[in-house]
Amino acid sequence: MNIVIINYNAGNTKSVENALLRLGIQPIISDDILTIQQADKVIFPGVGHAAPTMQYLKERNLDIVIKNLKQPVLGICLGQQLMCTHSEEGNVDCLGIFPVQVKKFNSNNPNEKIPQMGWNEIHQLKSPLFKAIPENAFVYFVHSYYCALSNYTIATTDYIIPFSAALQKDNFYAVQFHPEKSADVGNLILENFIKHC
Amino acid sequence: MLTKRIIPCLDIKNGETVKGINFVDLRSAGDPVELAKQYVVQGADELVFLDITATVEARKTLVDLVRNVAAAINIPFTVGGGISTIQDVDVLLNAGADKISVNSSAVKNPNLIDELSKQFGSQCIVVAIDTKLEDDWKVYVKGGREATPLSTKNWAKEIQERGAGEILLTSMNNDGTKNGFALDITHWCSAHLHIPVIASGGAGTKQHFADVFNIANADAALAASVFHFGEIPIPDLKSYLKKEGISVRL
Repeated sequence: MNIVIINYNAGNTKSVENALLRLGIQPIISDDILTIQQADKVIFPGVGHAAPTMQYLKERNLDIVIKNLKQPVLGICLGQQLMCTHSEEGNVDCLGIFPVQVKKFNSNNPNEKIPQMGWNEIHQLKSPLFKAIPENAFVYFVHSYYCALSNYTIATTDYIIPFSAALQKDNFYAVQFHPEKSADVGNLILENFIKHC
Repeated sequence: MLTKRIIPCLDIKNGETVKGINFVDLRSAGDPVELAKQYVVQGADELVFLDITATVEARKTLVDLVRNVAAAINIPFTVGGGISTIQDVDVLLNAGADKISVNSSAVKNPNLIDELSKQFGSQCIVVAIDTKLEDDWKVYVKGGREATPLSTKNWAKEIQERGAGEILLTSMNNDGTKNGFALDITHWCSAHLHIPVIASGGAGTKQHFADVFNIANADAALAASVFHFGEIPIPDLKSYLKKEGISVRL
């Protein structure tokens, strides 16, 4: 199977590549439009800032390419946020795959640190992406912005407020957490994407 | 619920794990990659690798080590020690480190924190502070060998303003003593900063971990020798913390 990880200026591509290699899969890391379009499955990772990243994608026409993909696509962290309609991070319009707003955490409680950094539980799992994953499984999050709950929410979590830990619409899947850094649970989620999505 | 993190720290010298007792008198505790894998199985939430040699020759060894660790484990890890340029950080993140930590170089050139967080994002920039109680808590550099006039409280606030994503606070008074974490300065940082605080130095018993979470309100606790020598197995520690009402990943 031909798995392509989109290589761009906000990618934690190495970590995702390592995670797939541990599953016995050699991914292709590319920003070439044809290579991405011809993949069996596409992973859209991301660590960084929304506004310059959208700018970078637009300059290379990758924004159009990504939202028109027909094969299964998995967005990770910033990847998920960029697949939404709009982000408060840099007040930027994003790919618009999920009709969802990306908002900044807001808390005056000194116990609620921003970013959320660490292991939190996921609930109300409903997607082949979470096949055999138990309710309340722990995954690793690092983020200051979140995707609001919506009809496309396939996993919820709670930090300051309840929000979407994962989204799905048609062939597009996305997770706010880092499956590549979420120990055995994360491995299984990546394996599910490869085998069952 | 977001859980409190337990972080074993592996001090690295020439590619081997060592642990300083009060920063001197080093004992070897094994192969870093094997130790790292063992800690993942035990349920460590993150790992920290501190290169305590950090000479030019050791730097290449460290990058190779980071590459090997990144290939072997699937939890986040931080690399620190001797990092002073954007180039250093770029190499380590590309080798697979999730975060890097800076210490002396940030004190010497505070703009480095702004530059790194702007270039790579705050989430991967940890600023480590070695602190010692004198008339007030003061910042030390160069592995605790050199005093500075900086107040720890002022410096902690400044690094947050400059874009640090997390603070790793080591009390030199407590480090290596196994008498518990420095609860007062940890609590001060936790109460006055909006970024996560990792407490370090002094862990000797499971109760010490409960105290640093319950009393000092740390977000994470880091320790080395109690884990490396099996004095406190991580699964036992986490079960204990859960019984004490602390949210942990089991």
